[in-house]
Amino acid sequence: MEDKVIIKFDNVSFAYEASEEDTAATQVVDGFSLDVPKGQFLAVLGHNGCGKSTVAKLINGILVPSAGKVTVDGLDTADDDKVTDVRRTVGMVFQNPDNQIVATIVEDDVAFGPENLGMPPHEIRKRVDDALKAVGMYEFRDREPHRLSGGQKQRVAIAGIIAMNTKCIVMDEPTAMLDPHGRQEVMDTIQMLNKERGITVILITHYMDEAVKADRVVVMDKGEIVLDGVPRDVFKNVEKLKSLGLDVPQATELAYRLRKAGLDIPDNILDEKECAEAILAALEVK
Amino acid sequence: MIKDITIGQYFIGDSLLHRLDARMKIILTIAFIVSIFICKSFPALLLMVLFTFVVVLISKVPVKMVLKSVKPIAIIVAFTSILNIFYVRGGTPLVDWRFIHITSNGVFTAIFMAVRIVCLVIISSMLTYTTTPTMLTDAIEKLLSPLKLFKIPVSTLAMMMTLALRFIPTLIDEIDRITNAQKARGANLDDGNFIERVKALVPIIVPLFVSSIRRAYELADAMDCRCYTGGPGRTRMKQMKLHPRDFAALAVVVLLIAGIVLLNIYFKAVLVR
Repeated sequence: MEDKVIIKFDNVSFAYEASEEDTAATQVVDGFSLDVPKGQFLAVLGHNGCGKSTVAKLINGILVPSAGKVTVDGLDTADDDKVTDVRRTVGMVFQNPDNQIVATIVEDDVAFGPENLGMPPHEIRKRVDDALKAVGMYEFRDREPHRLSGGQKQRVAIAGIIAMNTKCIVMDEPTAMLDPHGRQEVMDTIQMLNKERGITVILITHYMDEAVKADRVVVMDKGEIVLDGVPRDVFKNVEKLKSLGLDVPQATELAYRLRKAGLDIPDNILDEKECAEAILAALEVK
Repeated sequence: MIKDITIGQYFIGDSLLHRLDARMKIILTIAFIVSIFICKSFPALLLMVLFTFVVVLISKVPVKMVLKSVKPIAIIVAFTSILNIFYVRGGTPLVDWRFIHITSNGVFTAIFMAVRIVCLVIISSMLTYTTTPTMLTDAIEKLLSPLKLFKIPVSTLAMMMTLALRFIPTLIDEIDRITNAQKARGANLDDGNFIERVKALVPIIVPLFVSSIRRAYELADAMDCRCYTGGPGRTRMKQMKLHPRDFAALAVVVLLIAGIVLLNIYFKAVLVR
């Protein structure tokens, strides 16, 4: 089913070049292979320095692999002539919303991508309005971005990508700088895009409760994939995750400890409700 | 508090002046500044003052705000007036006492200069009060676009201007944050003589530069991701269009200049230069 894969990493390696202070070139990603099917919501987990941001930048050609090949919808990201097409297919949202907004008015910022693609003005207008409505920021279209909250700014940044009609969005810790409310806003937007618009989402994060909502979770360590599967299976490996310096969702953690203490609870619990029901069931048996 | 600053000094409104095309406003402002300098007789000066007054009325910008824009130049106006009073010779002598010689020409020149500078400042601040920074940069880009023939990257320059405007509030926030962080570590920024205070700024400026450079890299990546190439082929969502009102405004300013020229001819020129 080759045609259903939108992003393909084929044995990819990447090393940052040696600098003056750091004479050894640092190998960040080594022999990395990953297929992302169209329409999937994939979460990439890993603690700092595991290469997950590098993977994100490899997807749309900001970085080019030193060995191996990354293809996006059949296009090789290393091909200079194709890089614009690659970026039309994969949009990227970064951690700090302040550093990706280019205009002084919300709607002008959303228009930036389509303008760069050379689209006719009325078409841009349509896309901008549509994108702002999709993220629920239409009423804010003539505001100045610096007066918005972090979550709102990040939604504007996402709208800027939607307006380019990309098939896939890569998000590099989009909620890391937001307060809980802003995080919720952004997560809702991401899920809506995936479910309603069928956009492939690759969410790089270190929040477990965000990863739980994905269709598939990939856990990275030292530039390699160590776990890969649906959230329920991945979070079973509590000890493995902890040894990598990662947490598991709180409900999973509680179930894990209770099980270790001798209570008969299943090992694939993800949220509070499941956890409460499992505890209740276990206590009733006793 | 610091979040409340507007970029530039745009005053939100929907007056006729706000709706005029930004390119036309820039050209008319330049035309007005030229007319200020060809104006040489009192009736012509009066016409200019009247015009300025009407423009302020049309813009619906509160007079208080307009006066605020004049305030910083009050000292310059006072200073040039005093110099003119004492140094310009000719006409009927008014005061002739020891080394102080004041002549009618001196007084006239002083009044002329003061009125000219005030009008100039009010009219040019009307431009920034009624035009958003985005519209201004777009208009400047359009007006300078003939320079592309000389291989001057006009749209890249306009992009730089937009980005600079965009990052002013962000950097102000950043300065605030760094200042507080340094104060929390015991930095003393408010006391001491001038040199000590300048030195105390170093621990604020260095982190500011570091973070700005980091921001610039991230911004460049983000712009790359959104297919910005800096080259040709970029379109704009908001197209600038000239409306009948823009030509009407042009006609008014042309009439003003004609009026000033006529008044200069029919009435005695007061200014010698």
